[in-house]
Amino acid sequence: MHVVVCIKAVPGSTEVKMDPETHTIVRDGREAVINPFDASALELALELADARRAAGEDCSVTVVSMGIPATERILRDACARGATDALLLSDRAFAGADTLATCHALACGIRALPAADLILCGKMAVDGDTAQIGPELAGAFDLPCVTDVSELVGTGDESIVVRCGSDEGPVAVEAPLPCVLTVAKEAAQLRMPSIAGVRAAEDAPVAVRGAEDVGADPARIGLSGSPTQVVHCFVPDRSGAVRLFDGSAEEQAAALAGIIEEVRS
Amino acid sequence: MTGIVIDAEKCVGCRQCERACASAGIVVENRTARVTESCTLCGACVDACPVGTVELVRGSAAARAEDLGTWRNVWVYCQLDASGAPLSVAFELLGRGRELADARGENLVALLAGTPAPGSAEALIAAGADEVLLCEDGRLDRVDASLEAELVAHLAQDLRPEIILYGATAFGRELAPQVAVRLETGLTADCTVLEINPETGLLEQTRPAFGGNLMATITCPAHRPQMATVRPGIFSAPAADPARRGQVTRIAPVAREPRVRIVEKASARSGPSIAEAERLVVLGRGIGSKKSLPLMRRLAELLDAEIGCTRPLVEAGWLEYPHQVGQTGVAVAPKLLVSIGVSGAIQHLAGIGGAETVIAINEDPEAPIFSAARYGAVGDCIEIVSALVEQLEKSTR
Repeated sequence: MHVVVCIKAVPGSTEVKMDPETHTIVRDGREAVINPFDASALELALELADARRAAGEDCSVTVVSMGIPATERILRDACARGATDALLLSDRAFAGADTLATCHALACGIRALPAADLILCGKMAVDGDTAQIGPELAGAFDLPCVTDVSELVGTGDESIVVRCGSDEGPVAVEAPLPCVLTVAKEAAQLRMPSIAGVRAAEDAPVAVRGAEDVGADPARIGLSGSPTQVVHCFVPDRSGAVRLFDGSAEEQAAALAGIIEEVRS
Repeated sequence: MTGIVIDAEKCVGCRQCERACASAGIVVENRTARVTESCTLCGACVDACPVGTVELVRGSAAARAEDLGTWRNVWVYCQLDASGAPLSVAFELLGRGRELADARGENLVALLAGTPAPGSAEALIAAGADEVLLCEDGRLDRVDASLEAELVAHLAQDLRPEIILYGATAFGRELAPQVAVRLETGLTADCTVLEINPETGLLEQTRPAFGGNLMATITCPAHRPQMATVRPGIFSAPAADPARRGQVTRIAPVAREPRVRIVEKASARSGPSIAEAERLVVLGRGIGSKKSLPLMRRLAELLDAEIGCTRPLVEAGWLEYPHQVGQTGVAVAPKLLVSIGVSGAIQHLAGIGGAETVIAINEDPEAPIFSAARYGAVGDCIEIVSALVEQLEKSTR
């Protein structure tokens, strides 16, 4: 079995500050980390691989990321925790991609790997919050997609059963393999790297491929291949005038009760 | 060509660009900025440069939607609930969609698929739709979104809508990207503002990023349809006008079978989701101990509210994960949100941006929660809530 896990490097903090003098956005001091939702997806893949191997079967886990060259560190770390192979899609031509252009790059990268039985993504990334890459990848390969997976119930050779969220509440669904799953944070907590794993990861082959290497269509990648354009960015003004009541607890409660009455009617 | 272009003549070597960059994609050497291979073309350096040295040049994207002017009308995907009634977010989108269609001088079209309850199409027309595209097919039951995606993509290729809006429900967030990739067009998630630019005629889609710390306005200039998802509760539903007339057009069923099937239905005891709650009491670490929970539950009961909480309470095991409000929990959009003992970490605030009226009770007047609140009380949470419960009990008697 071959499981592919898509990983995004995200800033260690999503805090954004406005420089009061220049009125520009300051983003310094932020070391990239693995997107926490992708960490859960990786753990789910590793647990699945452990179970398959315990049953005497071969199972490999490939981590794939599109990112700047420094993203190699995060992929190497994934190998230290148990991923068997890593592919970094890194090319200036990929820069500035929106979700559709990112999806095209990832799909080309995944096509260049041995056929995947399962593709896992985090449910969303903490920096972009779009939650689009998983379902877009499913669309690109025309594979079934299950989002917001909180638990892996079981896998057979032909299908997988998972618990996931839905608009009607949590459900369990069965999807045929291959398929795409997007993983919720509560699904699993990523294991720590073993000492042997860290040593092995030092020599782990992180394949770095460019757009041409994976046959990406130059018109469908990067900034110029992205249908959406950011025309304006701003830090929202949260300093809305809050009206504070004072006085004793009883006086404040009376004022709040009045407001609640007003809002309710 | 596409890329960051630096005018070395103008550069003063102030390093503002270096500071603004999150990926070390630009460095200043010998008092001149230079782009590195780590550049992600995010444009932060362009905004940061005080002397206009840095420019983001975008090569002309090949317009794949030939003849943009032939794409007309605003579509709203109207998702059904388990009983076959359109979700309230469908009506909210029809309200906003009506305004967008009017601004463009176009029709508003509602997409209705699956097994709608009787009267659904009429209700959508009363909410502003000029036409309802109705595909009655029991296989479209929101379990394998690729079926609905095939349907919408095929219809869009035939009928060429200019705009498609979807509710950012669990299913909508699964469906819309699968349509986007089939049509090779753009999709903007979780928009909070949708407007037509009067000069360009483009749909301007504003959405939060970085956990709500940054707002971005996004357009899709050269691809059609322009597509966006919107969370429930962002727009208000229009008053129904039963006198409105509209056309119902029947669409042939889809030609494929579902591949995903439900093996265990949603458990009845899962309770109502806080995401849909109209009134919400949200609890934070400031309530002190688990012993305060019965008091808080009493308040929620009196307000007819659901209970949400911050992440530390879930981690402490006081409440279950489905109650967690915030970036890694649930985004909520109640009419009334009473926040008790919540300091207001940025990840939490990201989840309450859709709330209409926020009342915060906290002992620290500097707590960030007050920046997101309209009304506030500063003091001991237990004392204030106890007094509030007493007040409300009196007035309900």
